[in-house]
Amino acid sequence: MAKKPVQFHLNGSEKAVFVDDGQNLLDVLRRGVGDLTPKYGCGQGTCGTCTVLIDGEPHLSCLVLAETVEGKQISTTAGLQNGSELHPLQKAFMDGFAAQCGYCTPGMLMAASALLARNSNPSREDVVEAISGNICRCTGYEPIINAILAAAKDGGVRRYG
Amino acid sequence: MTIEFRKEYFADERDDNLNEIGKPTQRQDALGHVTGRSPYFDDHLFNGLLHIRCVRSPHHHARIRRIDTSEAERMPGVVRIVTGKDVPHNLNTLLSLLDFGLDDEPLLSEKKVSYKGEPVAAVIAESDRAARDAVAKVRVDWEELPAVLDVEDAIKPGAPVVNEVYPGNLFVYHGKYDHQKLRFGDVEAGFAQADKIIEGRYQMSPIEQAPTETCGAIAAPETNDRFVVYTSTQALFFSLDTTSKLLKMPSNRLHFIGGTVGGGFGGKVDSLHEPMAVLGTLVTGKPCKYIFDREEEMQVGAPRGAERWYLKDGVMNDGRIVARKFIGYFDSGAYTRLSSYAIIKGVGHLPGPYTIPNVYADVYCVFTNRTPATAMRGFGITGVDFAIEAHMDKVAYEVGIDPIELRILNAYRDGDMKAHRRLAKNTALIECCHVAAEKANWALSAQAQQASSLRDGGGERGKIPNYTATDQNGLVTGFASTAYARKNKRNDPQPAAPAPASMSRHDSMPVTPRYEPPVRPQPAQPAQPAYTPPPAAAPAAPERRTSFSSISGLRRR
Repeated sequence: MAKKPVQFHLNGSEKAVFVDDGQNLLDVLRRGVGDLTPKYGCGQGTCGTCTVLIDGEPHLSCLVLAETVEGKQISTTAGLQNGSELHPLQKAFMDGFAAQCGYCTPGMLMAASALLARNSNPSREDVVEAISGNICRCTGYEPIINAILAAAKDGGVRRYG
Repeated sequence: MTIEFRKEYFADERDDNLNEIGKPTQRQDALGHVTGRSPYFDDHLFNGLLHIRCVRSPHHHARIRRIDTSEAERMPGVVRIVTGKDVPHNLNTLLSLLDFGLDDEPLLSEKKVSYKGEPVAAVIAESDRAARDAVAKVRVDWEELPAVLDVEDAIKPGAPVVNEVYPGNLFVYHGKYDHQKLRFGDVEAGFAQADKIIEGRYQMSPIEQAPTETCGAIAAPETNDRFVVYTSTQALFFSLDTTSKLLKMPSNRLHFIGGTVGGGFGGKVDSLHEPMAVLGTLVTGKPCKYIFDREEEMQVGAPRGAERWYLKDGVMNDGRIVARKFIGYFDSGAYTRLSSYAIIKGVGHLPGPYTIPNVYADVYCVFTNRTPATAMRGFGITGVDFAIEAHMDKVAYEVGIDPIELRILNAYRDGDMKAHRRLAKNTALIECCHVAAEKANWALSAQAQQASSLRDGGGERGKIPNYTATDQNGLVTGFASTAYARKNKRNDPQPAAPAPASMSRHDSMPVTPRYEPPVRPQPAQPAQPAYTPPPAAAPAAPERRTSFSSISGLRRR
């Protein structure tokens, strides 16, 4: 099978990989470059747990063909922290008990960070809409919404965008 | 988030001078979760990882005439294809490890399939895509059989046999009965005494747990001829023991690592991914991953089973319930898994949080050609609680009293005898009703408001009935209770004689006492000193030889 070279930026670092025809971005991130923070939940774009940012916009990495991200800026939960300092969203998720099994959390954090980047003072409805593509089966939506609102107050936009 | 405590109800029972309990505390895994570093099973990378995909039945019920893997084996990337012949001990039931139930489920079926999606072969290939392509090239010659998808149809005479180990399509309890029994007092006498008889039929569909992380496991060779297994299981030692049994492999060759589960809700207790992954590694010598895709998770992943309940209450005009009879059917799907246990648990819960002097239950674990059912959040209790509470509303409506007051009137109180012959303690249903009414601005009578779980319980309510009507309906012969754990060759399971066909199963069920008692006492009358139940007829007398596990209620030996 023919492989294609693809270069992109992942959380600010340059990456160069060979990808298969039809290989999705989720697989390339996890197995190609070893960023395990985006998760596989459905492989068909319905659960949102594989959400990453491509040039600042949230995308479902299981539905993105890897060869289309040439030259793009990709952001994942692995890039949220500043050294050992947690991002305000991460702090708010911890303080607000917004993670139970934790499997949807990286996708939620990406959807939330995209929201805060374009709207530093979102309403509750804005937050609900922003995470409406992300399923939490532990049914912890209320703490998640509250945590995102708390992070916005705490300057969640500070570094992201 | 604010938590509202009502500690005063249990003030004499608890010490609140505690460092952790009652206070919010940070989850120990929260940092891993928010940084995306929590190690789920699929977050372990292996060079040369092989992928397993199963060939699954498109039919609910079919005989397997032939499996032809020759074309699939020649597909690019295919390393090996395994079938049931490659599984060293290809029959298991999860709870055999607790000496409960007969082995009834293969890892890969060889002769017939009993539910849609049942696996019959597994392709091990260099990529998931190669495995999927090869699965499509495996040819199975099916002989479709009539399927039965409804619990009551499954136990009619002449219904297709779903599970050969239980030819009556019913799990056999204690080697004796085709259902789990509960007898407390004399329910027919209670109905005779009641002002009204109120009946209802309730049912719920199967419910898929649908965890965000699908079920799966990765196995890899480890040093010293061992296997390391990363798994999403919720029950690490069930999974380890099941793997050990199916693959006839000493458990000290299995190094299982779990603990980080991306949502389970019960569906990852018996998922059978670990034995399949280890089998793949055993035959290829390479790391193997077996993971459900989303479609498999929804279709093949074991759900909470469907249930159907028939309730019949004898009620006095003032709302007191004097007799309650249950006939319940759990849809176990094609195999037992945990449904047998769900029923033991559910029957221990009957008749719900109420004190009713006469209770009767026959609860059946029925095999149908549906996906095998398993655990899910309170399974065994949730379905019958729905039936009980829906029925309580119906009773309230038909008797014409307030539904919350009906519950307070019939609520169990401290010191009352439960139908499973344990004293109720720490009861708080009345207080829960008070709080619910208060929050809903629901007016209660002064009498209901003054009721308390701490008062008016016990005494006559704390006694086992003088007479309990017993019977042997549903008796089956030819079954030893189980044999695996005891390795008792003489008690190896025998094919069973099916239940007598003449038996009717619900409503006007002819209850045949073992013998006619000289006098049938009426439950509402005071104790009748003249009547002494003959010892053999009285399960009311505690059977002290039998001990029960406090956790599961399963019979111990």
